[in-house]
Amino acid sequence: MSTERRADLAAWRGIATQTDAERSEAESPGAAAVVRLRLASRRLLGSLLRPHRRPLLAAVLLLLAQNAASMAGPYLVKIGIDQGIPPLTESPRDLTVMATVACLFVLVTIVEYVGKRGFLLLCGRIGQTVLLDLRQRVFDHFQRLSIGFHERYTSGRMVSRLTSDMDSITELVTGELDVLILSGLSVVSVAGMLLWLDPPLAAVTMLSFPFLLVLSRWFQSASARAYRKTREAVAMVIVHFVESLDGIRAVQAFRRERRNSEIFDAVNDDYRQANLTAMRLIAVLSPGIKLIGNLTLAVGLTYGGYRAMHGQMAVGVLAAFLLYLRRFFEPMQELSQFYNSLQSAAAALEKLAAVLGERPSVTEPARPTPLPGCRAQGTLDLKGIRFGYTEHRPVLPSLNLLVPAGQTVALVGATGAGKSTIARLVARFYDPDEGSISIDGIDLRKLSDHDLRRAIIMVTQENFLFSGTIAENIALGRPGASINDIEQAAKAIGAAYFIEALPDTYHTEVRRRGGRLSAGQRQLVAFARAFLADPAVIILDEATSSLDIPSERLVQQALRTILTDRTAIVIAHRLSTVEIADRVLVLDHGRIIEDGPPAGLIAQGGQYADLHRQWRESLA
Amino acid sequence: MLTLFDIDRSNRGRKLPSRLRSLWRVRVYMRPYRRQMTRMLLVSLAGTAAMIAVPLVVRGVVDGPVRRHQPGALLLLGVLAVIYGTLEAAFIFIRRWTQSETALGMETTLRRDLYEHLQRLPISFHERWQSGQLLSRATSDLAVLRRFLCFGLIFSIVNSLALAVGLGLLLRLDWPLGTLVAGSAVPIVFVNRRFCGQHLLIARRMQDQQGDLATFVEESARGIRVIKAFGRRQHMGRKFSEHANRLYQTAIGKNRLLATCSSQLDLIPNVTLGLVIAIGAVEVAEHRLSLGGLVAFVSLQTVLLWPIQSFGWIIATGQEAMTAADRVYEVLDITPSITDSPGAVVVHPRSVTGRIRFEQVGFAYPDHDGGRGRTVLTGVDLNIIPGETIAVVGATGCGKTALVSLVPRIYDVTAGRITIDDRDIRDYTLDSLRSIVGTAFEDPTLFSMSVRENLTLGHHDASESAIAEAIAVAQADFVYDLPWGLNTRIGEQGLSLSGGQRQRLALARAVLGRPRVLVLDDPLSALDVHTEARIEAALARILRETTALLVVHRPSTVVLADRVAWISDGTIRAVGTHSHLMATIPAYRAVLSASTREEVS
Repeated sequence: MSTERRADLAAWRGIATQTDAERSEAESPGAAAVVRLRLASRRLLGSLLRPHRRPLLAAVLLLLAQNAASMAGPYLVKIGIDQGIPPLTESPRDLTVMATVACLFVLVTIVEYVGKRGFLLLCGRIGQTVLLDLRQRVFDHFQRLSIGFHERYTSGRMVSRLTSDMDSITELVTGELDVLILSGLSVVSVAGMLLWLDPPLAAVTMLSFPFLLVLSRWFQSASARAYRKTREAVAMVIVHFVESLDGIRAVQAFRRERRNSEIFDAVNDDYRQANLTAMRLIAVLSPGIKLIGNLTLAVGLTYGGYRAMHGQMAVGVLAAFLLYLRRFFEPMQELSQFYNSLQSAAAALEKLAAVLGERPSVTEPARPTPLPGCRAQGTLDLKGIRFGYTEHRPVLPSLNLLVPAGQTVALVGATGAGKSTIARLVARFYDPDEGSISIDGIDLRKLSDHDLRRAIIMVTQENFLFSGTIAENIALGRPGASINDIEQAAKAIGAAYFIEALPDTYHTEVRRRGGRLSAGQRQLVAFARAFLADPAVIILDEATSSLDIPSERLVQQALRTILTDRTAIVIAHRLSTVEIADRVLVLDHGRIIEDGPPAGLIAQGGQYADLHRQWRESLA
Repeated sequence: MLTLFDIDRSNRGRKLPSRLRSLWRVRVYMRPYRRQMTRMLLVSLAGTAAMIAVPLVVRGVVDGPVRRHQPGALLLLGVLAVIYGTLEAAFIFIRRWTQSETALGMETTLRRDLYEHLQRLPISFHERWQSGQLLSRATSDLAVLRRFLCFGLIFSIVNSLALAVGLGLLLRLDWPLGTLVAGSAVPIVFVNRRFCGQHLLIARRMQDQQGDLATFVEESARGIRVIKAFGRRQHMGRKFSEHANRLYQTAIGKNRLLATCSSQLDLIPNVTLGLVIAIGAVEVAEHRLSLGGLVAFVSLQTVLLWPIQSFGWIIATGQEAMTAADRVYEVLDITPSITDSPGAVVVHPRSVTGRIRFEQVGFAYPDHDGGRGRTVLTGVDLNIIPGETIAVVGATGCGKTALVSLVPRIYDVTAGRITIDDRDIRDYTLDSLRSIVGTAFEDPTLFSMSVRENLTLGHHDASESAIAEAIAVAQADFVYDLPWGLNTRIGEQGLSLSGGQRQRLALARAVLGRPRVLVLDDPLSALDVHTEARIEAALARILRETTALLVVHRPSTVVLADRVAWISDGTIRAVGTHSHLMATIPAYRAVLSASTREEVS
């Protein structure tokens, strides 16, 4: 691919608040932060393993037994050759030494078998349990973190934390951790055996160590860079892949396929290049270790042969030495194979530790204040609220608002006036920077999540449906609701007529994020869900915008009944929805500029009156 | 082919031959790399030969110089060991270097093909398949295939040969011991066979469960606001836990199988080694075997340990590769149902006048398996003259969206036909048809790309003035105020926009390049009254020279239409002007009259 072609392709992504380099920097940041993250991930690992101390100890014992047994093999060969064979040649033949050696050998293999199997079983069980624990912790933590975090973090990254990062840890835990530990242990014990068998020969073979060290140091630093590139490249592939398929309707309708393919080719090729670099590092490392090993073997063989020739060393020792040497370099070879897995697992663990280290900015109180009575009344009091998404731009500079229980308040104003922000604060998606919001006199920050969500429900335009049946989606409002309750809720909201016309009525699968239902239908389901939850305060943020008129009318009729004994905050473009409010607030740059019953505001002739006039005119 | 495939998909554990066939089909991707594959094979063989040669040098050392005190010969053998050792390393280097390029090349091509195929598959396919499931095929399954094609495949050949040659050598060195080693292959084969059968099932189950878990995670990530708003954290946590536990159980089972089989594969050669040493010692004592011969035999046997043990691993990767190939072809084998028909014509969009005719059009959504499902539309007849704007009005769920989706062939009609300029839309190439028809959907999709890229989509060559015009029509001037203007990245990975802003961008996208036919599905629902009025004014100008189908929920938007088609019970019941329909059809009045309060007054 030519350079200008690449440059042309590079423009498609556009510029974001953080450049890509910064973004990856943010995920694996500068020196001090790296140390902090490493520590955090080590602490995380510690906390994950702590409950398994005993099984871990057992696994280590099994491992040691297996290692000792496998170390004994070549040594037995040595005894067999040096001390077993001579008595065999004498007459009368003495079989005892050889027979003992053979029996010991079989015993040792059985110990090795039992040890290995036991270790693998135990290690696998611990690994999987740790994984399960980690998965649940991360998932729960994500669910606990505030909306502010999720808006910054994006769902795509949350998905990759819980899938691809988890996969790289799984890969290490299931297939390779045991080999890694085994290899490391056997390298150490083989070195010990060599020294014990014949120190001069061992000393000669240890000449290879500096070479090994240099090689592995080079690999370590080069591969750390290479593998990070790989992970970044695969993330791009994943984002482009998933977004194209999620937006396939637009892709096809606008003949985007060719351009998409070009872009995909580019990111796919970047991924290939990154992988190629990483694989070529191994292509150098692996034969490099092999070469050092083979040369050491050749030197050992020659020097050992020389010593044996001069009677300074028995032939059996030489044989055992060569067998041990092989066991020394083979696992080194394997260690290099697993280095990648180890690295990506470590990187994944760091990212997960970073997520788990995030504190929710909206927290549940340790000792929540219960709401008086079994059901909240719904008096909302917003006092001295100051709030902004970024420090320098307050959306709400100073807001005071008292909503008596049972009142329906409509918020009106241009985009950016702060309507949705008020809704989000009341739903406690965010906490105000200054001031307090209370329900029935209790600060929202003092309520348990359960009580808060029981009392206040927000329905937005987003109307997200989960895969599953329509009934299940409605039941999300009150888990454990009977099908009868669900049907009642649907009827009350006016959703029953279309649900009952579906092939499987309430048990119709909504499929891919409710793709088969129209936006209006999805909205009705979302509404039924909120109705079933039966909150004291209901917030409707543009919740009726995608309804057609009959549906909206149905909902509005239902709303009148629903809202009579509830406090409500309604945000809507359609003034038809606003008209059912008891009170209208007109907002401008986060300040209330008009406040009063709709009819009163129309009579006053302010902004609301203007809006209302325009709206009347738009009705043909 | 499609039906056959669908039957197969229903039973998840497919029969071995079909899996093997899937893997066999991957060979087309290896074809461009024949030379490299051959090189890798040859080099691996040579490397293995060098590896086997070293124990023979060891025998030479023990039997020759050591016994007979020949320092010169010892040095010579030492040099020989250095040469063999260096050669082995060199061969490994060449293999790995070649392999990285080959393996990645194949993987990259396969991934691209998969992606292109997925882009061609119709919406009805994508409604059935979660992108998470497809993603796992494009990433992890392809990685499995790559590993097999470049490690497993090569080593299955090389190691078989190494084993054959090694066994031959062992037999030559000492035939009774050689026979013993050969005999030890019997239990190994037995263990491997049992392993095969179980591993296949468990590997597939695990892959499927991982896919399910990924899907669940994706949903809970996207639905986080709903989960928060309803305080359903525990509920989701429980469901996640169910999925994760299911995966855990499967993983434990897989681990148990692997632990048992791999330790057995260790046990058998070790026991054999013990027997070899015992019997070999007796043979040495009886002078039927030299001491060097025994040492060589034992070290050769250790060299062969890896080829023997690797069979379990090769079989495992082979099976995973079969499953992976199967899962990949499961998708690749689905033939796109909406394609260019043979003899489809290419037309220049400007040469089309834009006369649209629906002739007895019927439509049913495809059901779960791609068969015909719920009927939505029947016997729809509609005649739209060039430049005319038709509003489509009906109750929620009556099939308005389906009706307009048929024009750009998002779905295909299941009965009757639709023509543009008297030619069946299926007789235009898809590319032509979709450049004639511009579309905006109910929920605007934005990609994590620049604003410009989001606007132009398929019109990559759109001029700056065309883009500016589209932005003006859709009242989307806010894009100029974004931090980097049209180059600002929006979408999931970029700046987030409000519902109204997104909708305006989607509208700008549809009108870009002034398509001859416009299909707009409720394009103004998320806009406030001011913006809506301004857009309507701009749209009205465009619609004068464009044939358009508008799905309409609001009386204010109906004004844009010359005529209105009233849909009820899955067909067009009446066509006429808004005022005419208001006067004659009570149901229409109910759907489009503005508010309850008006009715009351």
